[in-house]
Amino acid sequence: MSIFIDENTKVVVQGIGSQGTFHAKRNQDYGTQVVAGTHPKKGGTTWDELGVPVYTTVEEAVAEAGANTSMVMVPAPFTKDAILEAYDAGIQTIIAITEGVPVHDMTEVYDKVVREGGVRLIGPNCPGVISPGKSNVGIIPADITKPGKVGLVSRSGTLTYQIMHELAQAGIGISTCVGIGGDPVIGTQFLDVIKAFAEDPETEAIAFVGEIGGSEEQKAGEWIRDNIPDTPTVGYIAGFEAPEGKQMGHAGAIVKEGGPGGESAAEKKEILEGYGIAVAMNPSEAARLMIQRLG
Amino acid sequence: MDLVEFQGKQLFKRNGVPVPKEGAVCRTVDEVEQAARDIIQAGEAGMVVVKAQVKTGGRGKAGGVKLAKSVDEARELGESILGLDIKGHEVRVVYVEPASDIAEEYYLSVMHDRVHKGYLVICSREGGVDIEEVNRTNPDAVVKESILPSEAPGGELPRERAEDIMSRANIPDDVRDEAADLLVKLFATLVNEDATLAEINPLIRTEDGRVIALDAKVSLDGNAAFRHDDYDEWKIEGIDADDPLEAEAKEKGIQYVKLEGSVGILGNGAGLVMATLDVVAQHGGEAANFLDVGGGASADAMAQSLGLVLKDPNVRSVFINIFGGITRGEEVANGIVEATKRLGDFPQKLVVRLDGTNAEEGRRILDEADLPSVVTAPTMDEAAAKAVELANA
Repeated sequence: MSIFIDENTKVVVQGIGSQGTFHAKRNQDYGTQVVAGTHPKKGGTTWDELGVPVYTTVEEAVAEAGANTSMVMVPAPFTKDAILEAYDAGIQTIIAITEGVPVHDMTEVYDKVVREGGVRLIGPNCPGVISPGKSNVGIIPADITKPGKVGLVSRSGTLTYQIMHELAQAGIGISTCVGIGGDPVIGTQFLDVIKAFAEDPETEAIAFVGEIGGSEEQKAGEWIRDNIPDTPTVGYIAGFEAPEGKQMGHAGAIVKEGGPGGESAAEKKEILEGYGIAVAMNPSEAARLMIQRLG
Repeated sequence: MDLVEFQGKQLFKRNGVPVPKEGAVCRTVDEVEQAARDIIQAGEAGMVVVKAQVKTGGRGKAGGVKLAKSVDEARELGESILGLDIKGHEVRVVYVEPASDIAEEYYLSVMHDRVHKGYLVICSREGGVDIEEVNRTNPDAVVKESILPSEAPGGELPRERAEDIMSRANIPDDVRDEAADLLVKLFATLVNEDATLAEINPLIRTEDGRVIALDAKVSLDGNAAFRHDDYDEWKIEGIDADDPLEAEAKEKGIQYVKLEGSVGILGNGAGLVMATLDVVAQHGGEAANFLDVGGGASADAMAQSLGLVLKDPNVRSVFINIFGGITRGEEVANGIVEATKRLGDFPQKLVVRLDGTNAEEGRRILDEADLPSVVTAPTMDEAAAKAVELANA
């Protein structure tokens, strides 16, 4: 098993421009079932690079190509509507890669799609999900990892690759890697992913990569302590050197001046260690700690 | 993006949130004097208030907000407030406003709530002071109400909800309707203007029974700039007092934060760049900046980013840390080659660590180019150690 995506995942790609095509093709080459693309004006044609049909709507892609997962690659101004379209079409797993989506758009989307609809929305501003050997939906470079037992969840894309790469070099593979995204409002939180890993028989250890800002890492840590204290778990929080009040690239990566506290990397590390979780000072150390825990 | 007070009030005004009579934005003592004369001689108010326009709280305590009873006094205040340092922000602009007759001071704010993924309204009868302090000493006096988007479709907070909040905050009966109206408008402002914070402290009740926003603290979501043509108008020279390199980066759309150290940093992905700063620090160095070239960085973006990092005179070495996902290795390598061509001679060495999508092709391009300024390192740790060593040499 794995979580969120596997060999039965059938992907419709919303946004078939150059980036969408580049990554969808890579996903397809990896073995992912990419079954369709959508485009408002190119319905009825073929997506040449992938050899799959293009539909005008997600609804058609579901009805005619059996899509059950959407990868959203449209530009930020259209992301809200694209996610809502996938939701209305009955898609149960929506993976939104796009960065720069207004926070009010995502707040509205979260309310409808996740809170009311109960649909699995991952992202936006995320690298996607890979279940090595089965399916890769998004922009994660698949050749740096291999199937295995570690569940990896992260707010950062490239940092995730870094850790997967270091684990792979030590011979350690991944059950599923979920990039949850760096925005303040994202569809799937650390805790959601960790709960899914806890129920996945193939996942035997968990690595999670957090960042400054917010408090989702702590929530996940508390749950780990109370529910799966024996699962080997290693964390890393990026941004020990980040100054207060400065947004570090990601819209959500900011330690608010005079904020609620608990948002800095040092504070998060301390809180998580209080829950019995090993927290590294850098990504290489996180990989080393995981390698040690798996002996 | 944070607005200063007078900008926040402009935003409020056009969304129907009542504010005091408009004042004047002044950069010099003469302008302050003229503004005070215009207000007092026109009989708009007997007094003026001179208010520092800086993007930080605690202006009052720092002596940045003061009343003047005469034109001369206003001039003196202009002299003392312009140039004042408030928590590291130099006051370059003051707002001179007709003074309001304050009967009572309340607190009201509406903000985006990251934790609950909705909105949060905070209201208190005790305003004009630090609301966090009120929350600590007298939490019952602070009403906090979570609102979900579905409860206020299109940014329309139901009137009953607003009235209920005002009533629980014990806002006096005779102005409760007016205060509830104001809250409905403030809530709509937050949603329709793509603000993440709209705070009024104090919200005042005037002697003649009106409720107006005496202050305005507004933050806008930069990601929503595409649907607000006016976002550019809020950028006023002098107020931001941005670091010049940060300002240049903003214009070029590069994610750059100036820091104090000597190791220039350039990486792809916010998380990886943050981790790069951490690793450099753990090797005894100090990062000169945060720079994320972003997803799909082209050769051009690489060249521009590197040029920016090298403009910082503190930079003694540069650590280019790329792990290819959406950014492809050959693009990065071409960018480095292109950038070094464009930048001509520069004394700093570039320590390049390249991995991920098409990294091999990228490394081949770098090897073939045989650039004298480029040193490659196989891992993030080794690259950090090398960059720190070069910076400290």
